[in-house]
Amino acid sequence: MAAQSIDIKLKKVSKIYHEGDVISGVVVIQSRNELSHTGITLTVEGTVNLQLSSKSVGLFEAFYNSLKPIQLLNVNLELTKAGKLPSGKTEIPFEIPLKPKGNKVLYETFHGVFVNIQYIIRADMKRPLLNKDLQKLLEFILEYKDESEKANPKPITFNITSESIQNIKEKHNLPKFRIKGRLDSTHCHIIKPFTGELIVEYSEAPIKSMELQLVRVETCGCAEGYAKDATEIQNIQIGDGDVCRGLVLPIYMIFPRLFTCPTLATTNFKIEFEVNIVVVFHDDHLVTENFPIKLSRFSS
Amino acid sequence: MSTFHWEIKERNYGKEYRDKTLNREETSSHPLKGITVTVTESKLRKQGKVSRSSSISSQASASSQDPLSSALDGSDPLSQFAAQASDPLSRIAAESQSRQSTDGTVTSTKGKNANADIDATFEPWSAKKAAILSHYTTSEKLSITTSFLASGDREKVTVRMQSAATVSDKVKNHLEQLDDFEDGSVQEMLNLSQQEYVKRIDELNNALILAWDQDQRVRSLKIAIQCAKLLADVSVIHFYPSKFVLITDILDTFGKLVYDRIKNKATYMPKGAARPIQLPDNFTPDQVPDSAKETCRNWFFKIASIRELVPRFYVESAVLKCYGFLTSEEYNQALRRLGLMTRGIGDPLVSLYSRCYLCRVGIDVAPTVKDHQMPCFDDFLFTFKQIQTDYVQNILAVQKLDLPRYLTLYSPGLNWILQCLAHNASDAVLDEILIKCQKQCNSALLINSIMSAFKPEYVSYRAKQFTAMIKDCEDTGFPKHVLYKSLGMCFVLADPPDEDKLQLLNDVWKVVIKLKNTSDYISCAEVWIEYVVKNFSKRELNTILNDIIKHMTPDRAYEDHYPQLEAIVEKIVSYMHDFSQLFALERFLPFLDMFQKESVKVEVCKTIMAAYCRYQKDPTNDPVIVNSLMFISKTMHDSVNALSLDDDIRQIGHLISSFIRSISFGHDFEQQLSFYVEARASFSNIDAIIIYLVQCVNTLAMQTRKIVKGNHTRKTASFVRACAAFTYITIPSLSNIFSRLNLYLISGEVALANLCLSQADAFFKAAITLLPEVPRNIQIDGKVRGTEPFLVEYINNLASTLLVVPDNPDQGPLYLVRGLLNAVKNYKWDPNSDAKAIIFVNIITLLSAMCQENYLYGIDKVDSNDKLYGQDPKFISECSQFCVDLKDETFTLLDVLDKPETYKRQADLAHQMFCRVLSCGNMDSSQMSDLAVTLWQLAQKHGQLDTKISVRTLAHVRRQAGNLPAIKKMLPLLVLESRT
Repeated sequence: MAAQSIDIKLKKVSKIYHEGDVISGVVVIQSRNELSHTGITLTVEGTVNLQLSSKSVGLFEAFYNSLKPIQLLNVNLELTKAGKLPSGKTEIPFEIPLKPKGNKVLYETFHGVFVNIQYIIRADMKRPLLNKDLQKLLEFILEYKDESEKANPKPITFNITSESIQNIKEKHNLPKFRIKGRLDSTHCHIIKPFTGELIVEYSEAPIKSMELQLVRVETCGCAEGYAKDATEIQNIQIGDGDVCRGLVLPIYMIFPRLFTCPTLATTNFKIEFEVNIVVVFHDDHLVTENFPIKLSRFSS
Repeated sequence: MSTFHWEIKERNYGKEYRDKTLNREETSSHPLKGITVTVTESKLRKQGKVSRSSSISSQASASSQDPLSSALDGSDPLSQFAAQASDPLSRIAAESQSRQSTDGTVTSTKGKNANADIDATFEPWSAKKAAILSHYTTSEKLSITTSFLASGDREKVTVRMQSAATVSDKVKNHLEQLDDFEDGSVQEMLNLSQQEYVKRIDELNNALILAWDQDQRVRSLKIAIQCAKLLADVSVIHFYPSKFVLITDILDTFGKLVYDRIKNKATYMPKGAARPIQLPDNFTPDQVPDSAKETCRNWFFKIASIRELVPRFYVESAVLKCYGFLTSEEYNQALRRLGLMTRGIGDPLVSLYSRCYLCRVGIDVAPTVKDHQMPCFDDFLFTFKQIQTDYVQNILAVQKLDLPRYLTLYSPGLNWILQCLAHNASDAVLDEILIKCQKQCNSALLINSIMSAFKPEYVSYRAKQFTAMIKDCEDTGFPKHVLYKSLGMCFVLADPPDEDKLQLLNDVWKVVIKLKNTSDYISCAEVWIEYVVKNFSKRELNTILNDIIKHMTPDRAYEDHYPQLEAIVEKIVSYMHDFSQLFALERFLPFLDMFQKESVKVEVCKTIMAAYCRYQKDPTNDPVIVNSLMFISKTMHDSVNALSLDDDIRQIGHLISSFIRSISFGHDFEQQLSFYVEARASFSNIDAIIIYLVQCVNTLAMQTRKIVKGNHTRKTASFVRACAAFTYITIPSLSNIFSRLNLYLISGEVALANLCLSQADAFFKAAITLLPEVPRNIQIDGKVRGTEPFLVEYINNLASTLLVVPDNPDQGPLYLVRGLLNAVKNYKWDPNSDAKAIIFVNIITLLSAMCQENYLYGIDKVDSNDKLYGQDPKFISECSQFCVDLKDETFTLLDVLDKPETYKRQADLAHQMFCRVLSCGNMDSSQMSDLAVTLWQLAQKHGQLDTKISVRTLAHVRRQAGNLPAIKKMLPLLVLESRT
């Protein structure tokens, strides 16, 4: 162990907070000997980082033209003035209210490819000459309060057949098949699993795999218009091998934390989600059916 | 000293006995029984073991001063042993229980109510594992795909996952991809033999535990996922059930690790407690702290993001128990959801086994939850038709597997699901299942599984229905003989209705008889024979045996089916306890003739014999039994050769001895003797039997004596002489010299008791002439031991017997004693021991006893030397001359010991001699008292004798001196050397 260490411990184990909450916890400093410093500060920051995809604007621009981060929250707090800490363990408690900066809104935490919404709490200890400053970063998670939009179940049924397929050149090559199914809702409650069912009624060619793909669609607005990109978050297999015909297969997927958030549309960026049902045949033919979905934090 | 005259003390045994007897006191309680009674309260509490004796505490206050009780420290040895004996047993029981629970499965910390639901009738998975592993094997090459074992060559073979094919153009996502392996080096190990494969899986298991112990949880999760992935692979399909067993063991381990860790880290605050404590075994979710719930949720989130279906299913099932931390209702839902999930698995075999695993986990985690089981079964029925699809048929074609064998792969998994379903189920449920099966697909496979999973009573009760079903079931290729086998097992465990029994047998046997393949046939017969023996008379048994013989004889088919045939014999003898009936069966012995391989034959004989020894309670002389068992015993006996193991010989010897013991011809002693003669002729190779026979014959002689009350008639006299002759010629064939010696002695005593004087003489003479042959060392249980203690003991014993043996008029007086002495003198004794001298001293005692007017003991109706000589002075002087010789011999030995390093031995020996002289010699003779004094001084000379012994001896001498002036005179000369 290093001679000195600094750590942040939050009271809430889950590290989930809402706007208006008070973040409380302690900064723990451990040192073998007496530790002199020139002040310990605590910073709480919330930012939206936007990045342009190289595909939509070109490599050059992507590299240089990255958009300016939007700051949602910035609180600084001095924990102690310059002085000395005794050897051993020192705990400094703190409480910080979560209030957005200006008229900004505290969006939910989201880790994406082009859009990142992140909240961190940082403890800094400045130290006199010849000593490295100590720093500790801790991410916490922000979630909406109950006032946001509620999810209303919107069930849909679908039919995927060899005839219904578009965007294909040689239609006659395609093996005949008929898949029926139902999604319990396209407006989903983010902490509830995504559910539905699927029946392979008929398929000429043996099936290799059936998958459920969760896709995020991130849109960044900029001066020259906007860039929209769809990337995979996760891919869940729901059928392995040549599944039994006529048997109702369950569609079931849990939305991963951090990588999903309620669907969001702002003036500068948008975060949306889609689900693809992918059927792979044994000859590696691949059929995808796309369903845009809307995510909400709460249900009515 | 050449004129030394040994004078023997005359003794009056009767007076000595009266004088030295302690006063007897009547006691009301058993001295060993009521001892704890006297122990004070505190002591009693200390030794909780002996509580049973506290009930008689009121009686024994009188014996409170009993020295025994204090010596035994309050608890009597017998009850102490009893207490100890029960201890290790219960400990073993407890151990085996705990072992069972930690046996890789997750059963270890079941709540109490959970245990109550699973009773003993439920056969645990661990019991089935071994059978599956031994049954489903392969000689083909297997392969493992993993990144965790490739420690040898770190060549990076980058294999892109299939996910890359579907979304290759998209940016690699941030979500931790559990399917991606560390540094992407996945290696496929090809061409593994089954053993190697098992070894690899074992290594994976160890890697998992190691990773876990090193706090690399994600790595261990990855290993678990990789293992589960192997279960999706159906190449080498006939190994699949075994693979399932091996891999689910790892998954179970993983589940247990996760559960235990969360549980151990989770402490909670009970109301009013200052410090958090560990969760109890039967905790409720609201006791679980948030941090533990959070960890738990993280695990489930992580598992939910596993890309592939099969690993996701298995890993989630493995950690299913952790749902207990979150909510109490979760099990039910989770089990049902997972059950639905298995529908997505296309391969019918893989999906069946995944359902099997789910049921297994379900039984472990929530035995009361049964909702998921029936849907699982329904799904199986629904997907069962898939085996007709091209997909499955292609697999079979590629792997060259025929349908019947393929179908048997389903059995273990299906059996398990049905077992879970049928456990404690009502008949209505069973009926429902039965109807479903018939409706959906009346397949042999299903019927078979139903018969093995359902309660045998249920099946037996509907015996006719089942036989009809078996007859009608569509021929999907599942072998029918297996069905009949399972049916037979049900009937064995639970009797079908009485009125149907014969009909059933006829129906079934009609089919069985037509089975062409002998191994199919014998596997049925093996089961059905038990049904026959149990329920029918010997006539039917005979018929069946006849049939088996008929099937097995062509082409020597029996050679391939010895285990089954052995099992048949075993089953017959475990039910047929009337051995005369059994051996009277016309076809039983011909049946035994089929065992032509020597080792197997011997095993079968052992089985029969063991059963006979166990069940034949009364002695018998039934000629059928005697002859048959003689034959069987001879077979066993003849199998013993130089290469046989000691244990085998011992076992066979024991069995045959038991057989001999059980044969009794009542009062027809001659017949009995001739039986023994025959037995000796047949079983001459095994010492144990010969010894036993000699003892039997001796017993016979003594019984004769008892019947005639010692007064032999001419007939009985010649009979006992015949017995003696038997033993005399039998004993020399024994290889163990000590057995020979002991038997000579015993037989001599028996002969003597039966007034066969010359025979007795011969026995003793034989014993004495045998003595020089005793080796100095002997091997006992593989360890070399000196024979000296045995020999000294034996000679003492022999000497005591010689006291009563009357001298043979043809030989000089004391002929045998002289012979013994010569033997002792000529024997090559170990120079480092005093055995020889001790024997000399003992013989002095013998000689002095021989000179008494009336001997200390004698044999009824045998005139010993006291009667023969009546203290004839010649005889006496002969004896005392003998004593003088012995004294001189002893002194020679004492002289040899006169060296500093042997002073101690010299002192001990001199002291012993002193004691003998004192007790046997007449102290009135000055020569004798001088001798005593000389010996005393010799013993004290170097101060090597134990002072305590000296002091005690001196005290004894003083006490004697009271009535004997001669000793009083001697007393001042006995100086106790004080040690410096």
